Parts: sequence; structure tokens; C-alpha cells
Amino acid sequence: MSLAVRFQGIEKQFGPVRVLHGVSFDLAPGRIYGLLGENGAGKSTLMKILAGYERANAGELFVDERARDFASSRDAEHAGIVLIHQELNLADHLSITQNMFLGHELKKGFFLDEAAMRDDARAALNDVGLHKNPDTKVRDLIVAEKQLVEIAKAMLRSARLLIMDEPTATLTPSETQRLFGLMARLKEAGTTIVYISHKLDEVERVTDEVIVMRDGRFVARAPTDELTRQQMANLMVGREVSDMFSDKPHLPDDAPVAFEVEGASVPGWADGIGFSVRKGEVFGFAGLVGAGRTELFEALVGLRPLCAGRVVIDGKTVKLKGPREAMQQGLTYLSEDRKGRGLHVDMALKDNLTMMTLERYAHPLIDTRAEREALNAAVKDFGIRTGNASIRARMLSGGNQQKLALAKFLNPDPRVIVLDEPTRGVDVGAKRDIYFLIHRLAAEGRAVIVISSELIELIGLCHRVAVMRAGELVATLGMDLLTEERLIAHATGTH
Amino acid sequence: MRPAHTEDTESESRLSTVARFMFGVGPLIGLIALCIGGTLLNGDFATVDNAMNVLTRTSFIGIIAVGMTFVIISGGIDLSVGSMAALIAGSMIYMMNALMQGFHGHAVPPLLIIALGIVLALVLGALFGFAHGVLVTKGRIEPFIVTLGTLGIFRALLTWLADGGALTLDNSLVDLYGPVYYASLLHVPVPIWVFAIVAAGGALVLNRTVYGRHVQAIGSNEQVARYAAIRVDRVKIVTYVLLGLCVAVATILYVPRLGSATPTTGLLWELEAIASVVVGGTALKGGEGRVIGTVIGAILLSVINNILNLTSIISVYLNAAVQGAVIILVAFLQRGRR
Repeated sequence: MSLAVRFQGIEKQFGPVRVLHGVSFDLAPGRIYGLLGENGAGKSTLMKILAGYERANAGELFVDERARDFASSRDAEHAGIVLIHQELNLADHLSITQNMFLGHELKKGFFLDEAAMRDDARAALNDVGLHKNPDTKVRDLIVAEKQLVEIAKAMLRSARLLIMDEPTATLTPSETQRLFGLMARLKEAGTTIVYISHKLDEVERVTDEVIVMRDGRFVARAPTDELTRQQMANLMVGREVSDMFSDKPHLPDDAPVAFEVEGASVPGWADGIGFSVRKGEVFGFAGLVGAGRTELFEALVGLRPLCAGRVVIDGKTVKLKGPREAMQQGLTYLSEDRKGRGLHVDMALKDNLTMMTLERYAHPLIDTRAEREALNAAVKDFGIRTGNASIRARMLSGGNQQKLALAKFLNPDPRVIVLDEPTRGVDVGAKRDIYFLIHRLAAEGRAVIVISSELIELIGLCHRVAVMRAGELVATLGMDLLTEERLIAHATGTH
Repeated sequence: MRPAHTEDTESESRLSTVARFMFGVGPLIGLIALCIGGTLLNGDFATVDNAMNVLTRTSFIGIIAVGMTFVIISGGIDLSVGSMAALIAGSMIYMMNALMQGFHGHAVPPLLIIALGIVLALVLGALFGFAHGVLVTKGRIEPFIVTLGTLGIFRALLTWLADGGALTLDNSLVDLYGPVYYASLLHVPVPIWVFAIVAAGGALVLNRTVYGRHVQAIGSNEQVARYAAIRVDRVKIVTYVLLGLCVAVATILYVPRLGSATPTTGLLWELEAIASVVVGGTALKGGEGRVIGTVIGAILLSVINNILNLTSIISVYLNAAVQGAVIILVAFLQRGRR
């Protein structure tokens, strides 16, 4: 039932850029492999070759000792190899069922067999723990739910080898937990699983063996229980990674309150939320996906209607009708959705950087040289790695895009900055840079609010963490009380 | 977000650099090739007179197309510009003729009448554009639908105003107003000057002002623009107002040419303007585009017409078919973009 794979000298190049330099290793059947590597290490490309989305330029791929060269993902699926996409590959206007059977519709004679498809879809959704009507349109789902639909869709293909590319990036701890349960069951049934993730704690928890790639080459492999997370990180970056977090900046007892919210209510999302953040404080927001954290802050900066509540910045009650007023009062919000809300990926780096403060560069014609200088300064200051400053934001890696987004939302020099999932889909090195940056911002006297689903991150970064559950603020934990167990307990209500 | 993206996009980027270069100069190369072809086919083509003639006739559509460039880059569309031009022309003539009869028993100086007519045109253009913008942004109706509606409304109003026939400018005003279309400055006809000024201004605004950058940002991704504290609704409304003003300017130049407005005035101008923008390399889905491209696109389309008129390769009745084929060809070449 299960299937063995062997890569032999796989090479791949896109135009003049070589991304795989002869990769060789094998995967034994019925095991869970963690495939590690920084952004750009080539692991996704390799997996796309295995799943038929790309073709190798050289080298051989053996599946069950037979040389294969898949021409399409359909071919690979025939051989039992399925790649789980991230949420973006669903058709928004179709229902969950229609998406799950897209291209594989069941038929009864000449007509579609809707009932059978719906039943199968419901069963698969149950497996992944998504309790939604299969007739729901995909556009009505939140990101995490879409990800679960993608996973359920793969279940229907009865894969013998399953590739998961960052499946938990958008999931909450409990959803992740359920996914791990599902993976264990699949493994028992003999499925081979390749698990790509930047979350080393998950890799440690769920995989049997770790394979590390770097710069398009195979670097190392070892049974998971023989490696510490630190060693994994070191193998990925190829140098010693010292501690991920810097020491939390000292917060004087008499630091004044910079940002205060009272009785904030967002219809359908948040009810009577109140909290305050002091100058120089890093204040975290924990909670499950759908707990209302993002929606609360979107409403606070005027991106969606706020039906009640008072916002105080530096002791002054302010009325924020939209992001522009918020920015003028010293508050900016960086969205969790980098490509959809954070950056203009099709525009130049400098255009992105200066987008919020363009008036500063225009008198009245835009001084493009001043813009370029600002970009050069930001590249240095934020450690944005780019060979060429005239490229579009799309061409940066995830981590560097995120640094650019941070630079953009810091360009108005806000006194209060809200960072929503600031390290989502970012590799270890960039993550560390961002953590250090967050502490630097606090040390500069700004109030920093971090919304995150990574508990380790909140614990390592924040002076205090507020936990939201179903639209209510259920607890605020000080530094001495910050543990993963407590945060999960409050977030899930199993306290 | 995922590693693979960096890898894929690097190769894409190289491709698109070449592609973008091609789209930058593609229309210009096309135009030059056409001009060489035209010269070979007919000696009359490469004369100053003919060039001035072509450019003068391009200027109406060209001016409108400059405004249309802003609307399309921001992600919108305006189908009503031809009808709007007709209604503005009709309203101008109607009011000017009425003023010729005197105001409250006093005679009004003709020059003042023409000035008032011009002011009316600009006010109406801005007003119509404002209405479009508000319906699109605050009313949250697709621009295609809004302007499809006003396309009908404007032309019907003009037809009603003209009682189904023609509104003709009072003879004594024609002579005075005529130079706006027929006069030349430094041997270059006035409409060409206006076209050049509008195009240069448009290019400057689009590329070098905060407003222009915001227009591009909204077209590239409206959601991101909103989150980046850009006043999206305001910027979009202004694009429609600018287009309305461009239509008004084109109409001001057009009225003295024939001195009348009929239910067929400005017919299909919207398609010619949109075609100019698209041929000039601006993607219909918005985000990026260039005013200079639009100018070249507009000239290219009328040069095709001109060559077909001067030569007898095919029947003049097929001119529109050739233009249509060119538009489809350009769209075909644009497929690879992004």
C-alpha cells in the first residue's frame, strides 16, 4: 500500500537561476519525514517535481524502484502522490464539495452524482475536524478553514504519499493537534508523509526523521529524536543560531500608558474589550483563529465598523475613522495577510516603502531620489536582503517581504504599532531578525502589540499577553505567568 | 510565502523584464512601422499637412483616452464618454444659443457667451464624473454597470434636448468660436497643442505626484492600498472627475468643428478611447500603465485609418475591421504579462 521514493541527482533551474544542484536521498515507505530548509533552499521545488507540478532538468526520480517522470500532477496522483496546497488554490465561488471534487467529479450515468460527492466530502471534512456544511461556498470560509478543506481534498485522493507544505501556518493549536492525529492515523494505514514546516516544535513532535536542505542541496538527515531544535536550526542556516530572542527590554514601573482601549465592540467579532499598553511594552494577543483578534484591531484602526468603545492614544481620546486618521494619531496596523493586505507585490520596493508617507517625498513632485535613499536606508536598517533595489516586492523571499512590510508600516513613525502574525511563513533567520526588531521598537519607547498564533513567540517576546476567546478578552497574563499550557487553557476555555 | 515562490518568480521576473520592455516600446515600434509602410504606399502620407490632419483628428479621442488611462489604471472603466461628450456639446450649444437671445432683455457679448459655454462644459464634465465616482465607490456598483447606465441616459437626454434632430450653433457664434478648432499656433493646430498639454500633464500627474502613485496602488491591489492608509474612495472619485474634465475639453474643441450636436455625436468614442489605452499597453485589469503609451495608441489607431483612407488596399468600409484586428492582436501579445 505504501510507497518508496528515491531522488537521484535531481537538478532544476528556472532560466539562469539554478535552484536544485543534484539532490539525492530516499524516502522509506510508511514514515513521516520533516523536510527542513530556509526559504529558497529548494525543498518546495523538489516536492513539486515529485508531485508532477515541475519537471527536473536532470537526475532521476524512482517511485517504488521504477524511474518516473511525471508530466502533470494528475500523473503523480495516479501513482498515489498528492501535494497539499496552501489555501490559495481553491475556487472561491464554488462550494466545499465542488472544490474537493474539482476535476474528479463523480458521475451517475451522464449526470453528476451530487449526493455521493456531498457524502464523501462530509466524511473527509469530519476526518480533518472541519464541521461545516459541504455546500458552503469557499469564499465564506476563513483562511484556516480553507487550509482544512485542502487537506480534506487530499484525503479523498487516497494518497500513498502525501506532501504537506506548511499546512499549519494558518491553523490554531487545536486544529494543528487534530491534524497531527490525522497524520498518525494515515501513517498507521501505511501512508508516507513529507512534512514541510518552519515550526520546529511541530517537526519535533510529529516526524520520525528529519531531512535538511540548504541552497538547493541535501545537507543532512537524522532520526528526529536524535536532534534538538537548536541543532535543526543550525543545520538549516549552516551556522550557529544563538538564542532566537533577545532579552526583553526593561520596562520601568512608571512607564506611561501609550494606548488604551475601553469597551471596544465589533459586531459579530468582539465584545467589550478593554486593555492598555505602556510605552516600551510588548503586549501580546493570543487566541484561536476566529477569536476576533484581527477583527478587533481592524476595527480599532477604522478598517471595519466599531460599534462601541473608546480609544486613547498618549492620554488623548481619539476618533479613528480610517487608517489615515489612525496613522496621523500615531497608530499603524500591519495585517497578517502580507500579499493581500500588507504589500503591493507587483510594485517596486521603494514604492511600497513610501506608500504611507508619500507626502513627505513630494514637493509637489515626488522626489524619486529621496525615495531611493529611504529604501537604501531601510534595506540596511531592517536587513532586507535583495540583490537589486529596482525589483518588485513579489521577487523577495517571504522573510524579506515581511521586513519590507515592517519598514513600510514603521515609516510613518508610529507611537503604537500593531503587528498581526509578524513571522508567518518566514524562515528561521528572518524570524530572529524580526524578534530583535520588535524588541528594538519597544526599547525606542513605542508600544508594540503582537498578535500571534505561535505561543513560543508570544512568550519569548511579550511583557504581557492578553488571551481572547470567542470575541472576549478572557485573561491577561504577566511575564511570570506566561507558559504554553496556561495560554492554551485560556484560549480554548479548558481552564 | 512559500519558498518555491522565490524560485519561480526569479525566472518569471527575467521573462517579465523582457516582456515589460517590449510593451514599453512595442506600440512605438508598431507606429513607426506603420508610418514607414504608409510612406511607401502613398507619397501623400509623409507630408506635414497629413500629419497635422491625423493628429488634429486624434486629439479628441486622445484627450479622452488620457483621462481614461487614469480610470483604467485605478481598476475602473467608463463606457459613457461618447454619450457624455454628446450631451455636453448639446448643452453648450443650447445654452449659448439661448444667451444669444439676450439675458433678461440685455444683450450678452458673444465672447462672454463662448466663455460661459466653455465653463458650462467643464462644470458638466466634472459633475458627471463626480456622479460616476460616487456611484462606484459609495454606491458600490460596478463601474461597468454605472457607466453603461449613464451611456444610455446621457444620449437620451441629448436626443430629447435636440428633439431627435440636431442642435446647431447660432451662426454669429460659429465664426467667433471657430478658431478654437481651426486656428494654428506656430503652424500647429490648437487641438494638437491642447492634446499635448493634457498628455504631458497627465503623464506628470500619474508618474510624479502622490495622487498618481495612489491611483496605481489602488489598481495594483485596492485592499493593500486601503490598509496603507490611502483614501481609496476619494482617489477613485477624482479619476472619474478627471476623465469628465477631459471629455469636456475634447468637446470644447469638437463643437466649433461642426457647430452642431446630433444623436450620433461622439458615437463609439468610448470604444476608441478604451482601445487607445489598451493598445498603449495599459492592462484593463488595472495596476500599471502609461500615458505616453495611450498617446501612441491613439495615434496608432488613427494612422491605420488614415493609411487605409489614402490607399486603396481594401474598402474604407473595412477600416473598423482592421482596427479591431489590431486591438485583438495587441491583446494577444499582452497575454504573457504578469
